[in-house]
Amino acid sequence: MADGELLIKNGVVYDPINGVNGEKKDICIRDGKVVESVTNPKVIDAEGRVVMPGGVDIHAHIAGAKVNAGRTMRPEDERKGVEAKTKVCRAQSGYSVPNTFATGYRYARMGYTFVMEAAMPPLLARHTHEEMIDIPILDNAAMPLIDNNWMTMEYVKSGDTDLLAAYIAWMIKATKGYGVKVVNPGGTEAWGWGKNCNLNDTVPYFDVTPAEIIKGLAEATEKFEMPHSIHVHGNMLGHPGNFETTMDTYDVVKGIKPYRDRPTMHATHTQFHSYGGTRWGDFESKAGAIADYVNKNNHVSIDLGSVILGDTTTMTADGPMEYSLYQITGRKWTNHDVELETGSGITPFLYSAKVSVHTIQWAIGQELALLIKDPWKLCLTTDHPNAGPFIGYPIIISHLMSKKRRDESAESMHKAIFDRAELPSIDREYDLNEIAIITRGMAAKTLGLHEHGKGHLGVGADADVAIYDMTPEERDAGNIQKAFLNTKYTIKSGEIVVKDGEVVAAPPGRTIFVTPECDDKLMDEMLVTLKDKFDKYYSVTFNNYPVQDAYLPNPYEIKAPWRSS
Amino acid sequence: MEGTNVRLISGRTAVQGQNLDSKLTEKYFDEVARCDMNGSDMEKLGVAKDDTVKVTTAYGAVVVKAKQDDGNPEGMVFIPMGPWCNAVVSGDTHGAGMPSFKGVDARVEKTAEAVLPVKELMRTYMG
Amino acid sequence: MVEVTDVVCSLCGCVCDNIVVEVEDNKVVKVKRGACSVGKSKLLGHERIKSPAIRENGELKECSYDEAIKKAAEILYKSRRPLLYGWSSTVCEADREGVELAEDIGGVVDNTASVCHGPSVLAIQDVGLPGCTLGQIKNRADLIIYWGSNPAQAHANHMKRYSYVSKGYWTSEGKKGKKLIVVDVRKTMTAKMADVFVQVKQGKDFQVFSAIRTMLRGHEDVVPDEVGGVPKEQLLEVASMMKEAKFGMIFFGMGVTHTGARHNNIVNAIQTTRAGHLYGKWTIMPMRGHYNVTGFNQVCCWQTGFPYSVDLSRGYPWYNPGETSSTDLLARGDCDAAMIIASDPGAHFPGAALRHLAKIPTIQIDPFANPTTEFADVVIPAAISGIESAGGVYRMDNVPLRLRKIIETDYYIPDEEIVKRIHAEVRALRGKEGE
Repeated sequence: MADGELLIKNGVVYDPINGVNGEKKDICIRDGKVVESVTNPKVIDAEGRVVMPGGVDIHAHIAGAKVNAGRTMRPEDERKGVEAKTKVCRAQSGYSVPNTFATGYRYARMGYTFVMEAAMPPLLARHTHEEMIDIPILDNAAMPLIDNNWMTMEYVKSGDTDLLAAYIAWMIKATKGYGVKVVNPGGTEAWGWGKNCNLNDTVPYFDVTPAEIIKGLAEATEKFEMPHSIHVHGNMLGHPGNFETTMDTYDVVKGIKPYRDRPTMHATHTQFHSYGGTRWGDFESKAGAIADYVNKNNHVSIDLGSVILGDTTTMTADGPMEYSLYQITGRKWTNHDVELETGSGITPFLYSAKVSVHTIQWAIGQELALLIKDPWKLCLTTDHPNAGPFIGYPIIISHLMSKKRRDESAESMHKAIFDRAELPSIDREYDLNEIAIITRGMAAKTLGLHEHGKGHLGVGADADVAIYDMTPEERDAGNIQKAFLNTKYTIKSGEIVVKDGEVVAAPPGRTIFVTPECDDKLMDEMLVTLKDKFDKYYSVTFNNYPVQDAYLPNPYEIKAPWRSS
Repeated sequence: MEGTNVRLISGRTAVQGQNLDSKLTEKYFDEVARCDMNGSDMEKLGVAKDDTVKVTTAYGAVVVKAKQDDGNPEGMVFIPMGPWCNAVVSGDTHGAGMPSFKGVDARVEKTAEAVLPVKELMRTYMG
Repeated sequence: MVEVTDVVCSLCGCVCDNIVVEVEDNKVVKVKRGACSVGKSKLLGHERIKSPAIRENGELKECSYDEAIKKAAEILYKSRRPLLYGWSSTVCEADREGVELAEDIGGVVDNTASVCHGPSVLAIQDVGLPGCTLGQIKNRADLIIYWGSNPAQAHANHMKRYSYVSKGYWTSEGKKGKKLIVVDVRKTMTAKMADVFVQVKQGKDFQVFSAIRTMLRGHEDVVPDEVGGVPKEQLLEVASMMKEAKFGMIFFGMGVTHTGARHNNIVNAIQTTRAGHLYGKWTIMPMRGHYNVTGFNQVCCWQTGFPYSVDLSRGYPWYNPGETSSTDLLARGDCDAAMIIASDPGAHFPGAALRHLAKIPTIQIDPFANPTTEFADVVIPAAISGIESAGGVYRMDNVPLRLRKIIETDYYIPDEEIVKRIHAEVRALRGKEGE
C-alpha cells in the first residue's frame, strides 16, 4: 500500500456502482484508498483515456489442487507461455494453466485487481491458500465446495436447516472461504462409485436429490448475512438439451428470500448450461430461453463462461462430466475424488472454429450477454480455463462491443452458427458503461464486495484503478482488444503496479474470507456429528483439518452474523 | 566355489527406514550392507548367513554380507537401497531421468574381502 | 510431562496425523500411539550434527551459522551451474525459498522424485491419472492391488489406515470384505498377506499390464499361455477379480518405476486402471516415499510450471528429465556446485553420479550426518521439521497437512530460514560486485 498521494486526472471514468458513466473526473488517492482530495500528489495524466475500477472476476480456477494437477499434466501448455524473469517479475509459464506468478501479472496487466477462486475442495483448502500466497498483486478469495459433502446431504435429508447452517458456518471458517460453492450436487458423490445424477435423481446411498441439496443449501446460506448467495454449477453441464434442467435448477430457489437485495443463486458459466437439441448432431443454442428466464426473474444472476477458441484445459469438480469429455476426445485425463466431500476431473480440450458444436458454444457465450437486457445480472467470465483462458477476456469484450467484429469472426466459423445459433442476427453492441458493469460492477455487488472497497471508485473504495490505453470514442475492435489486454496503468491499493503494459511492482495481495456467526449450542450439536465423521471416515484428524493462520499472511475478514429474522 | 549370475534389485526395508536419520550407525550398516538370496543360491555359492560375498556388475563391485530370503526366486538378489547397492547400479537413465536401481545383471561370488564401512565406501568416490 | 496429540509424522508419504507423544524436558520421550516403527524412530530422535562446519584440508571444522551460510552463499554465487537438490524431507515453506533461490542464481532445482516417482510424473504427463484421496479407499475399496510396492516394509501404516485393513463407511468389515492382490518379483512381507500373489519376472511388468488390460477389454483369446512369468490362468483370475470389484485401487511403487520401461510401465498401469473402470470404479496411486516429496512437486509446479528437474539457467524454466535431472547432470559432470538439502544422494544416488558430486563444492543442509556429509564442503545443521519446526506438507494423495512444532530449539535453525539467509548473502555479494 502506497502511503503517498496519487492523482489521476483527465480520465474518462466509468464507475457504474456510483452511476458514473463516462465522466471526465479526477480520482484522488491516499494511503491506498480513494479520497475526496489530495494536497501534494504524484500526478498521472490519463489524457482522456478510459478509467475504470480494478476488474473483479467472479469465477476462475486459478489456485489449488486441480489447477496444479492441470499444470503438472500439461508441460506443453507451460512451454507455450514461458517468459523470462525480470527485475520485478518471477519467471512465467503457461497459457491455459499459467504458473501463479504469471496469473497475477497477466490479470494485473488486464486491469484486474480481484479474482475469486471458483472451487476449493475443503479437505485441500490449504493448497488453494498456499498458491494464492504466491499469486502477486491480486486480492483474492476462494469458495469451498459444500454440496456433495456427506454432512450436507444428511442434513438435507433430515430437514435440519439450522444444523446445515452450522455446518456451512464451520466449513467456511475452517477453510477460510468466502461462501457456498455447489458443483454437480449429488453427482460428484455418485461419481465416487462411477455414477452421476441429474437434478431430480436420488443420490445413491444418501437418498436425497440434487434439487433438495440446492434448496437446503440456499435456505441455510440465507440464515446468515452472507455477502454472496450460493454459487451453482448445475447438474448436466455440457449435455445437449440441458437448458430445461438449467431452468428447473433456477426454479428450485425461487421462493427463498435472500437476506438482502441480491439474487438467491448465482448460476455460473451459463454457456455450458444453455444447450438445446438431443445429441451432438442436432445441438443448438438455447441462450434465448435462458436469457428470457433471466430477464423475467430477479432471483438468479449468471456469469457467461464464454468460449475462447484454441486449446485449453478443462477442470471442474464435475468428475463425471470430465470423464465423458475424456471419452469424447481420448486425450489425457486426471481425476481426483475427495473423501466425504467432492471430486474433480481435468482434461485438455480444443475449441475449434471448424467444429459445429464448438462454434455454437462460442456463440452462446456472447448471446447470453447480448440477450440479457440488464447487464447487472451478468459477469464476463470464461470459467477460466474451462471455456478458455482469462487472457482471452479482451477478445470477448471486443466482440460484445462490435457487431462488425462478430460478423468477421462468424465468417471463419462453422456454418452452423447461422441456423443453430442466434448470434449473427443480434445487432446490439455493449458500451463502455455496460462493459464496466460486467467486468467489475456486477461481480463486486453480487459478491457483496462493493461494501468492502471493491468494484467502484467512490470515496473510501480501495484504490484499485485501471487506465486503458484508449479513448471512449474507440470503435475499432482490434484496438479495443489491445487496450483491454495491457493497461496504460494499473493501480492496486494506491500503488502503480503496471505501466505501459509492463509490471513495475508486484506487492502481495490479500485474501478475503467470511466468518459466518452461529449460535454455540447449534454449533456444538453439529460438531458431535461432524467429529464422528472424522473419527470413522476421514483420513485426517479433526484438529488437523482447519486452515491455520499461517496460510493467510494478509487476511481480510468479513463477518456474516446470523440473521435476526 | 564359482560365482553365479543373478538379477540385482534394491528397495526399502523397515529397519533401513528406521535408520534414515542414523546412516552412520552399526544398525544401518548391518541392515543395509547386505544382500538377500534364495537358500539354493546360497548353497550354490557355498555361503552361509553373514558370510561376505562380492557383487559385481558392469558398473562396479561391492562386498556385502549374505542373508537368506526364500521369498526371492532363484537368481534374484536384493540389496536394500543405500550406498552399497548404489556402488554397482547404473547411472544411465536412458533419457528418462531415472537410473536403473533394479534389474541389474550381476555376478555374485563368495569372497574373503571385508565389507567397507560407509565412510570408506564414500571415499572411494573421491578420485 | 505433556501429552501432545494430532502430531503429524514427518517420515514417509503416509503422513499419519493422529500420533500421540509425550514430551518431557523439551524432548519426545514416548510415542504412545499412531506411529509405525519407522515414524516412531524419527520422533524419538537420533544423534544430530552438533554444529555448522566448513571443510578445510579434508577435515570438517566447526564454525558458526553465519560463517557457514556466508561460505555457502559464496559457493553458489561463484557457481555457473549450481544444482539445488533434495527438498523432500522438509516443508513447503523451505521449498518455496529454494525455488526462488534457484531462479535467482540460475540453477537447476530438483527433488528426490528424480530417483523415485519421476517416471510416474512422466506417465501423468502422457495420460493423466485417475486418482482420489486415501479416505475414498478407506471407505469404499473392496479390491486392493499393490504392484511393485511393499508397504509392510516401506509404508507400514498404509494398510491399517487407508486400505486393506482399514474400516470405513462401506467397508465396516475391514479385511473381511476386501481382497488383496500383490504383484511383485519376490514374495515380500506384503505378498504374504495377499489373497493372490502374482510373481512376475523381473522387468516384465509392462507385458503383464498389457495382458490384463487386454483381458479387461474382452480379448483374452490373444493372450499367450504365459506372460512375464505369469501363467494365463492367474492373469485371468486377476482380470476377473478386477471386473467384479465395486471399487478397485492399484497402489504402485518402485518396482515399476525403477525398472525396464520405467514411465511406460506407469502409463500401462494407468491404462489398465482405466480398463478396470469399464466395470466398476477404479483408481490408481503412486506410493510416494518421503513425507513431502509430493509437496515439493506441488510447489515447484505452481511456481515454475514444472514439477521437478527444472533448469532455471536461462532465466525461464526449462524442463527435460533425462537432461535436467540430477543424476544425469552429475553423471555428465554438468554442474559445478551442489546444495543438498533434506535428502541424501550420498546414500541414494548411483556411484557414477557420486564421483562428480565428490569433486564439486557441495553444501549440505540436514539435521543428521549421513553419507552425503562425506562430500560436503559446508555443513549446515537444520531444525527437524515436524518436531522442532512447523510447516506445510503434501501427503502421497496430495492432501495438504501441517506439521506441528512439538519441542523448542534455541540453537538449530529451520530449513526455510537457512535458505532465506543464504539467498540474502548471495544478494549481498551481488550488491558488492555492483551488479
